[in-house]
Amino acid sequence: MQWDIVIGLEIHVQLATQTKIFSGSSTAYGAEPNTQANAVDLAMPGTLPVPNEQAFRYAVMFGLAVNAEIERRSVFERKNYFYPDLPKGYQTTQLEHPIVGPGHVDIDLANGESKRVRIHHAHLEEDAGKSLHEDFHGMTGVDLNRAGTPLIEVVTEPDMNNAEEAVAFAKKLHSLVTSLGICDGDMSQGSMRFDVNISLKPKGSDTLGTRTETKNLNSFRFMEQAIAHEVERQMDILEDGGVIVQETRLYNGDRDESRSMRTKEEANDYRYFPCPDLLPVEIDDAFIEHARSRLPELPDARKARFKEQYGLNDYDAGLLSGDAKLSAFFEEAVSHGKDAKLTANWIQGEFSARLNAEEKTVAESPITGAQLGDLIVRIADNTVSSSGAKKVFEGLWSGESDSVDAIIDAQGLKQVSDTGELEKMVDEVLAGMPDQVAQYQSEDDPKKRKKMLGGFMGPLMKASKGQGNPKLFNEILVKKLGG
Amino acid sequence: MHNKSVAELSRELESGKVTSVELAQQFLDRIKQQDGQFNSFVSLTEDQALADAKAADEQRAAGNATPWTGIPFAHKDIFCTSGVRTTCGSRMLENFVPPYNATVTENFRKAGAVCLGKTNMDEFAMGSSNESSHFGPVTNPWGLSKGEKRVPGGSSGGSAAAVAARLVPAATATDTGGSIRQPAALCGITGLKPTYGRVSRYGMIAFASSLDQGGTMARTAEDNALMLNVMAGFDPKDSTSVDRAVPDYTATLNEPLRGLRIGLPKEYFSDQLSPAMEEQVRAAVKEYEKLGATVKEVSLPNAKLAIAAYYVIAPAEASANLSRFDGVRYGYRCEDPKDLMDLYTRTRAEGFGTEVKRRILVGTYALSAGYFDAYYLKAQKVRRLIQQDFINAFKEVDVLMSPTTPSPAFALGEKTNDPVTMYLEDIFTIAVNLAGVPAMSVPAGFVDGLPVGLQIIGNYFDEARLLNAGHQFQQVTDWHQREPQ
Repeated sequence: MQWDIVIGLEIHVQLATQTKIFSGSSTAYGAEPNTQANAVDLAMPGTLPVPNEQAFRYAVMFGLAVNAEIERRSVFERKNYFYPDLPKGYQTTQLEHPIVGPGHVDIDLANGESKRVRIHHAHLEEDAGKSLHEDFHGMTGVDLNRAGTPLIEVVTEPDMNNAEEAVAFAKKLHSLVTSLGICDGDMSQGSMRFDVNISLKPKGSDTLGTRTETKNLNSFRFMEQAIAHEVERQMDILEDGGVIVQETRLYNGDRDESRSMRTKEEANDYRYFPCPDLLPVEIDDAFIEHARSRLPELPDARKARFKEQYGLNDYDAGLLSGDAKLSAFFEEAVSHGKDAKLTANWIQGEFSARLNAEEKTVAESPITGAQLGDLIVRIADNTVSSSGAKKVFEGLWSGESDSVDAIIDAQGLKQVSDTGELEKMVDEVLAGMPDQVAQYQSEDDPKKRKKMLGGFMGPLMKASKGQGNPKLFNEILVKKLGG
Repeated sequence: MHNKSVAELSRELESGKVTSVELAQQFLDRIKQQDGQFNSFVSLTEDQALADAKAADEQRAAGNATPWTGIPFAHKDIFCTSGVRTTCGSRMLENFVPPYNATVTENFRKAGAVCLGKTNMDEFAMGSSNESSHFGPVTNPWGLSKGEKRVPGGSSGGSAAAVAARLVPAATATDTGGSIRQPAALCGITGLKPTYGRVSRYGMIAFASSLDQGGTMARTAEDNALMLNVMAGFDPKDSTSVDRAVPDYTATLNEPLRGLRIGLPKEYFSDQLSPAMEEQVRAAVKEYEKLGATVKEVSLPNAKLAIAAYYVIAPAEASANLSRFDGVRYGYRCEDPKDLMDLYTRTRAEGFGTEVKRRILVGTYALSAGYFDAYYLKAQKVRRLIQQDFINAFKEVDVLMSPTTPSPAFALGEKTNDPVTMYLEDIFTIAVNLAGVPAMSVPAGFVDGLPVGLQIIGNYFDEARLLNAGHQFQQVTDWHQREPQ
């Protein structure tokens, strides 16, 4: 049987405010446990929440960026459940009246098509603390530094039909919130966490199947794996004639396995009701317009500009516009190096490969956009060959020098482009290879001729000690051998 | 000295006839001698009080005295006091010492007042008789001479009894459904519940957040005005407090009452009211007519729904507000919990008393899936109707007057086994909290030797008018001066 996969996402985005959503404690990551939790965060008796205006501004900026309606009156509710890292015994969140209403995001797919994913809503809420089960020998440690960190929870419609689309959406959202500057995007620190709702239905059916929710995926790779895993699990059950249980599952990325956390029957009755300590939040036009005026260039607009301004193709423009830091790196490089296409190739090739290999972010790159731009200039003006350029790149990365020209000089990478000198070398090499010359000249198939041309390049590069300009060698060869 | 009002003590201090330290010592001695029979204090803070009194005397010597500098008073044990245990009448917080002050606490500190201790109260302010306190019931000073042990009312019963017994001239209190006005009435003193949002709730341990309001208790309306001057005001730490200018409430106490339009809600002069009580209340209204006020009957048609709505909304909010008492971070924790569930269930089973548990259960039920619409949402709709009743009434009159309670102080133990009868104690006071308007109780006579309270209800933020009406009444009556024997 053939199946349609239906995927909806819930994404928790930690907002990059200085202080918590309802208290003045710092939200900085990595402090000693419980050093960033004041009386309000600890839910001491009599303490009260005071809303952080910046969290609302960020939520509104997000809403504007996903083409959503901003709700003029949003209401905080209490979601009641007991857990040691939830100090008040309820989470302050939004349910009936979230701050961000329906919107949408367009994602680019590998086949070149674009797809619209609808946002159901996004609401503001407070994060819980952390329960630490290791290192406490039969007890649980509670760290409330994270308790009260502002989150927006983004809920999509079930508009995605495979892991590729879900990951593309997740990356797009990451790109949006980091471009907006409302989230640091550091997934390893939990700044973005994904819950994936998955169901299967017979191909073409209009009726949705029973869904499961896989919670707390904190990398794109785990998300992709978890979706593949869950789709396969559900498919096995359905094809064996079984039924899917509506449940929440936890996925272990290291082992590629998942287990049930709780079924629908075991789910809490959260007893939501409007929080009487917080008045409904009224948002007026001035607040929205102020947020709008602070919107930076967003990835879609940047992509269009990259195509227009730099003549990049759709694919390159899409890749370079997604991450705000990568975009800035690219633009700095182009401002030095001029050749946008070559710059784009280098960023997506050597630069990205190197970052990935060393698990570094763009911000952690040891080379600057300006340095890459300088290198591009030397490639474009034939000072270095592409293999020489890789050596220069290596020198920049390892910190051998921060000057492109200094590395070229030090390593003797400057290629010979004096045509007189090169012609002399070609003459000498051809003279030593009369058979191949004759064979070439008697060949009529241009494809084969082109291939045979490569046979002369090795000896030529050897003769020039690797410093001859390959492009010029090629031109001279063609001329000397007669077309 | 112990019979003097705050205003009088302030003048004595200013004239140098007495020092703050002497005053504090006299009142502390009186508490130590007499409170055994009332149990109105949970904690005495003698050392801190004497140190504060000394500082107050220095403040006065330096020429920086306020009307409150050096005045002894007490806080209901619901207001957090930094470094001083704050129990809220519960075993759950028996040893809880907050590291912060409530805004109300802070305001009195800044004014130079000297807190002598923390007063007893119903556990988490849930009760109308002060019998649900973990620290034992409070006995009403009235009736003791006849050998009767009567309740002081609740939940601010400790504050009311302490003021009535002249152990302190004034005490803070809170009112969620009548917890200031009802004990003030039963103890023969004056108490004011301000408009919701007038006094900061920060550091005031929550019972039902949308109804709780801190307020004042003293023997005279004038002293209530002096207290409100210190307590009222916007607080950035409480987003439900209202950013609105605070008048000097003493400035208008002597305005004449000529032309004051009084409304008598017919629903509050019903069968539940004993004829003897009604006689006292109508006599008090007559005094107002003599002062030039006009009287007409008005209607609060939805008032009869107030108790039912209140006992859904208040427990619902309480069920969430009290979830934080889980034994994890502070407060009572059961011995040797086996696991997390055991920690929660035993801590809460052992730490909370019966009435608190009853209300948590009721509130949890009312918010549960399948019941939410029928209980919580319906109660909220009723609440809006009740608000509208008051808005309509205040289009016709300036204040509403009624009895504060249906009967005078009842005997200890009389109603403890019948929660519904106990809840009916607040039948005339609860609608005020649902609407959020201010109201006060003023001593207005006696029935069987026990005090009767006149409730005066005002429009939103009209506390000055209530205090003016109370003060003028106290210029022509002496009910508030009567002292229990």
